[in-house]
Parts: sequence; structure tokens; C-alpha cells
Amino acid sequence: MTQTTQLRDKARYTFGGDEFLFVEIDEAMSLAANIRAMGIAKGLQSKAVEGIVEICPANASLLIRFDPDILSPSDLRQIIESLEEETKNTENLTFESRVVEVPVWYQDKYTSEVVERFREGYHQEPDLTDLEYAAKINGESSVEDFIRRHHENPWLVTMVGFVAGLPFMYQLVEGERQIEVPKYLSPRPSSTPKLTVGHGGCFACIYSVEGAGGYQMFGVAAGPIFDPSQSLPNMKDSMVFFRPGDIVKFKPVSEEEYMRLQQEVEAGTFEYRTYPVQFDTSKALADRERYNRELLEVLHGR
Amino acid sequence: MAVKIQQPGLLTSVQDRGRTGYYHLGIPQGGALDQYSYELANALVGNQGGEAALECTYMGPAFEVLDNTQMAVTGAPVDVLVNGNQQPTWATIDLVAGDIVTFGYLTQGARFYIAFGGGIDVPEVLGSRSTYPLGALGGFKGRKLEAGDEIPVGISHDVQYELASEYHPEFGAEFTYRVILGLYDHLLDEQGVKNLTEEEWSLTPVADRAGLRFDGPGVSWKPRVQPFGAGSDPSNIVDAGYAVGSIQIPGGSQPIILHRDAVSGGGYAMVATVISADMDAVARAQPGAKVRFETVSVEEAVELRQQARERLRAALASLDT
Repeated sequence: MTQTTQLRDKARYTFGGDEFLFVEIDEAMSLAANIRAMGIAKGLQSKAVEGIVEICPANASLLIRFDPDILSPSDLRQIIESLEEETKNTENLTFESRVVEVPVWYQDKYTSEVVERFREGYHQEPDLTDLEYAAKINGESSVEDFIRRHHENPWLVTMVGFVAGLPFMYQLVEGERQIEVPKYLSPRPSSTPKLTVGHGGCFACIYSVEGAGGYQMFGVAAGPIFDPSQSLPNMKDSMVFFRPGDIVKFKPVSEEEYMRLQQEVEAGTFEYRTYPVQFDTSKALADRERYNRELLEVLHGR
Repeated sequence: MAVKIQQPGLLTSVQDRGRTGYYHLGIPQGGALDQYSYELANALVGNQGGEAALECTYMGPAFEVLDNTQMAVTGAPVDVLVNGNQQPTWATIDLVAGDIVTFGYLTQGARFYIAFGGGIDVPEVLGSRSTYPLGALGGFKGRKLEAGDEIPVGISHDVQYELASEYHPEFGAEFTYRVILGLYDHLLDEQGVKNLTEEEWSLTPVADRAGLRFDGPGVSWKPRVQPFGAGSDPSNIVDAGYAVGSIQIPGGSQPIILHRDAVSGGGYAMVATVISADMDAVARAQPGAKVRFETVSVEEAVELRQQARERLRAALASLDT
């Protein structure tokens, strides 16, 4: 697999039946493709076009649901095509974002137990754990080194979906530093613990609910990210915590610290620490590592 | 007003027209899979439209009526018994407190609908009363019904309707679903497209509100270098949004039609999408049903959509003549 550095000139437009328009910015994942998808989505939202039912930005594409009785398929396509052109000229702007610190218990007992159960027939190398396998194929000599690589640089939420509130995240590092791990050979039919920090392809995710899953399992995040009862302070505005454009910094915690945070969850006081930032896309595209350091300064109280 | 569930049946859940506006957060559309049957069930008890009803799969529930009400049963043909006495489907049925309602087994179709006068009275969540079990959201306590549940019901309208049989949908063993090729159909090779659109497929038992899986000749893909982030199998793409009705073929073996409770996105290439006018019929197939996928253009699909709505309008209008 190779990572392209240049975005394709023009997105690919194709219809999913009579109610969906699919816009593939690029075949390959890249920061530039995601930023353009988000840009078109934001542009479309602010236009408030009658007949548009859903605007779903994804990693390197967009899915738009529309009502063809109100908005004809060809009219919709024209609207998006001109938005695509506008977005090309304006995407060097900044957008409002936030850095979210996510405490993770890596190599926790919950996912480790599930990892043990799904080896033969499910995993590429049944004799290794998911973390040992990921470390090995990403050229790290130990699980500890791999875990450090996983949390030392931030991740951008590039898509929310699959199930309610699940964030897909793309690490803000150069192509050769991207962590790549294939999904399980066959997905686990259920029993992926809630809040599992997973990885498939180049994407990290946090499973918002317990269920089926094919991503490799590295650890478990501390607090709920989908909560229909909206009881925790972070969830007052929306039952879904993450949104595209969020920047996630994983923070490794010990079992003791994780258990202490669980008491906060139970007491209803748990809160993910968030810090508002301006995400400067041109800086991010120009020098990743340097811009990451700048971004993460907010965590150290500047 | 309420009914008390004695046996829940295989999968009975509260559904309505579904919820929109939350798909970008991974919350699916939901709603009755066979919208035509659902809309008519509502109309047959005088509901104005959009009230919540029960969707029953293969094996219906048994329940006790706690207060006088009216009910209508539509969808797949099923024996409806009130205190052991057979009642008509596609017609208003009067129920009095103490009645016991049971159902026979389905021999055709997969789902039937029970509407009550005034609708199922559960709170709206995100603009709909439909159940999203994975998120434990909407419907009755966010889950399928269980024995002992008391399901609140609205106030009946005291109507008497019957729908002429010419307006009942067909629940056969063979279906043709119209599809629009697209999304990632260019990843299939010529033989792959031919197999999908010209061969016969049969519905497997792996068929639920999220998706329906078909057996058949399989499809083949063009060889290609996988783009960065897509995954190693030729059926893999960089995770993207899934269209409701889209057909994906993981590994190239069994096509899956995604329906209203499907995941909102993922990393499998979709190669075609069932048109909106045929999504109800997808929900009417029983495992073993023989299915063909016939390609149409976007323009034809929009035209067929208008025809489908016209059929529903005619059926609704026939009740008042």
C-alpha cells in the first residue's frame, strides 16, 4: 500500500439508489481528503438546501441523503460540484476544534480476555496478542514502544458512525509513521467490550457500545461516549460525545487510575478534559510533528 | 390504555416512519421495514399517519387487552385469533378488555404489523418512536418486547375499515429487486457485474432488520493495488458512509442488502443500491426466496418511486369510498 500525497483533482460522484449521493474525495485516506470532505459538509450545512435529509462526512468521502421529490438528483450533484470548487479555494482556513484527552487503560483485563477467546480462525497470528501482533508488523521491538507510538501523537476524528457515536480517528503523523494493522480475518460476532480502543487499517476507533467488531483491541477508554440518558456532564448537549474535527490525545493510565475513574463514572461526575483550539489546516498539512507539539501545548496549561 | 405481552414472539418491536437527521452520528434510520403495510395498518384504525405500531417477525406475540381498543393487522399473511376465534387481516378489529390475541405461524413473508387506535404511546426519542436496540434507544425501553411488558396504547377512533385485496402486496417466493449500479461497482470485474445482475440469488436465514444476506454464484473483483487505509481484501474500501439499501459483498461471496437498522458506515465496497420503491419488498422475502437484481437508471428509480407513492395513496383513498 502506498500513500498518495496529492489529492485527486476532482471527486468521484455516484448515486446510491434514488436517495443517496456519494462523493468520494479520494480512494486513499489522507488528511487532505478528510479536510475537504469536512469542508464540503460544512458548506452544505450552511447553505440549508431544501430536500437534503442527511449530511454525513466520512474519512475520505461524503454521503448525502436527499428527497428526490424536493431536490432532483442532478440539481443536488450540481450544488455539490460547485461547493467542491469553492472548498478547494478556502480550505487553507482554520476551524474551531477541541483537544480531548482520553484516558486509556492499555492491555486491560477486559479486552485481553476477549483477545484470548478469539484467536484460531479469527486472528492473523493466533499465537500473539493483538498488541504483540500490531507492534511486530509496525516495526516496534516491544508492546511498550508500540503503545507509546499510539498515544504520543494526537488523532483527528475523521468520521463518526458505524454504530451510534463511534469515532474513527486518523493519527496526525506522516505517511510512513502511520500505524497500519489489518482487521481480524473474521469479525468477532459480539463481545467487543464497550469503550474498547480498536484499530483497523490506519484507523483507531472507540467502540461506543458493546457488540460485533473486527478491529484489533488495544485497551479500554475510561468514560462513556454514547449515553441516551445524557446524565454525565460531557453529554448534556448531545447523547453522542465525539464529532468530526475533534482532536484526540490518548493518555495511558494504570489499572488503579482506571478503577478510580470508574467510580467517577458511577457517581456521575466523570468528565473528559477538553480544550478549545483553532485547527489550522495549512499548518497541519505543512509540518505535522511541529504542529502537533503546538496543538498539545493546551494540555500543559501553556 | 394498554396491552400486556404474554409471549413476545421472535422479534416484536415498536416502529414508525423512522428517524432522520442523526445518521451522521451513527444512529440509523430505523422504522418499519415494510412501510406500505405499516402505513395501511395505521389507516385501518383511523390513525392519521406516523403513529407507532408493532413490527412482528416470523412468530407473533400473544397479548392480553387491558382496555377496549381497536387493532388492525397487515403485512405477511397470518392467522389472527382473538380468544381463539379467527379475525380478518387488513381490516379493523374491535377488542374489549380481557381479550387474548394470538397469531399463527407465517407461511409466506417475514413481517406483519399490528396498529392500535391512537398508536403505541411511548415517548419520542430524537423525533421518532422507533426502537434502536444496539443503542438501547427509542421504542419500548429501547429494546424488543418481552413477556410481562405493558405497552401503552392511545385512544381509539371508533372506525370500521377493510382494505380490498387488490391493494394487498404480494408475498411470493420470487422477487425482482430493481437496483442502481454504482458506488463501488467499478471494483467488480465484468463477470462479477454479470453474476450480480443476471444470476439468481437466494435469501439465507441471515436476514434481519440490519441486513439480508444472499447465497449465489458469488462475484469476482478486478485486481488492484489497495489504496492506503482501505484494508487488504479487494472488497475493502476506506471506511465510508453506507447508503440504506446498498448491497455490499464482503470477500465476494454473499451479497448483503443493508436495511433500516444497518450500521451507518464501514469498510466494505457497496456495488449497487436497491431503489427506494423496492425496499418494502426486500422486507417481505422469506429465507429461501429466489431473488434477481435488475438494473435501472436514477431517472427510472425516481419515476418508480412516484408510482409506489401513488399506489399507497390509492390504497388509502379506497378506504373512504
